[in-house]
Amino acid sequence: MLKIAVLSGKGGTGKTTISASLASIIHGCAYVDCDVEEPNGFLFLNPKLDCNEQVLVQVPQIDEQLCNGCGACVRICQFNALALVRGKVLVFPELCHHCGACSLVCEPKAITEIDRSIGNISWSSNSCFFQGRLNIGEPAGIPIIKRLKQEVSKKIDLKAAVFDCSPGASCSVVNSLEGCDYASIVTEPTPFGLHDLKIAVELVREMKIPAGVIINKSGDQDAIIDEYCLAENVPVSLRVPYSRKIAEHYARGILPVEDDEALAISLTELYHSIRGEVCS
Amino acid sequence: MKIAISAKGRQINDSVDMRFGRTEYFILTDENGQLIDVLDNAAQSATGGAGIAAAQAVLDSGADILITGQLGPNAMRVISSASIPAYQAVEGTILENIQAFAAGKLSKITESGPAHAGQR
Repeated sequence: MLKIAVLSGKGGTGKTTISASLASIIHGCAYVDCDVEEPNGFLFLNPKLDCNEQVLVQVPQIDEQLCNGCGACVRICQFNALALVRGKVLVFPELCHHCGACSLVCEPKAITEIDRSIGNISWSSNSCFFQGRLNIGEPAGIPIIKRLKQEVSKKIDLKAAVFDCSPGASCSVVNSLEGCDYASIVTEPTPFGLHDLKIAVELVREMKIPAGVIINKSGDQDAIIDEYCLAENVPVSLRVPYSRKIAEHYARGILPVEDDEALAISLTELYHSIRGEVCS
Repeated sequence: MKIAISAKGRQINDSVDMRFGRTEYFILTDENGQLIDVLDNAAQSATGGAGIAAAQAVLDSGADILITGQLGPNAMRVISSASIPAYQAVEGTILENIQAFAAGKLSKITESGPAHAGQR
């Protein structure tokens, strides 16, 4: 399975437009919404989400009868998810990163790990569409992304999968990128687009993932991106012209490839050139 | 009586820091403003749970009273579980706040401020 990540750095550059378009025109290619804080790919692809599963993490529960108030668990916790107040341990489950260190160091064995749901993953049984969704108020969606990717990997009949990442270059994006064969970085020809593009390029280099840049809303300002890409030897693999029609379609939940044959052809060519580059 | 107060500097004439979890220092004084100790706030650079870690440090210092700008919900839970009364600081120096507290002019913090992360 060819795994393509679509990331951007800056939000609103067109990750979802590009990744959903790509997945919709390539036969046997799944769309995977890794932006678990606010998944929106379903608005364009209208999948039938007939499979779903809660994502559980393990958090500590303290048996007050067994706890001797030594505070070893509080000291070992790297995420400030525990506090020791007058000999009693307070747990802050939202801050827990589920590493299990607290229960390992607990001598009286007062800590058991209990399941806590932080969100869910859902997918279509035809394996065309996958998405993760983090519960409102939860700070960290990494376990959902990991579980989502695991589910995608099980579908061995898939030719390819496009992973629509969250904006930025945080742990969520790192986890979405992990194990991908190629990264498409979507940017726009603005100073903000360039600024965040640089961060995204640094990230994929650090992770040794081959990458190309897609300039969305392309027009007479492209030089700002082209100069950087030339200097850094990053290929510009596609330009999507600035178009009011694309924006109008987007607002109605319609992908541009639905009536823009030129774009559909360019994206198909892009897909085949990525496949060629990765498999050569 | 040991008073802990969030501070921007290490001296009694430095300004109070209205932040709790991300304050630079905690200054510990007695009710007359006599300096007892200064704690560097290790939680200042924490990626998460700064309020909890800072509250733990205040508890561990043996403070009887806390004066600060605002407590987030997590820090509030730790401080109130420990039954440490928290008082709302006013803009000014550490000494001015101690004097205001001694004169009964500071109000108690009974509700937590907005969460920054890690809490609903």
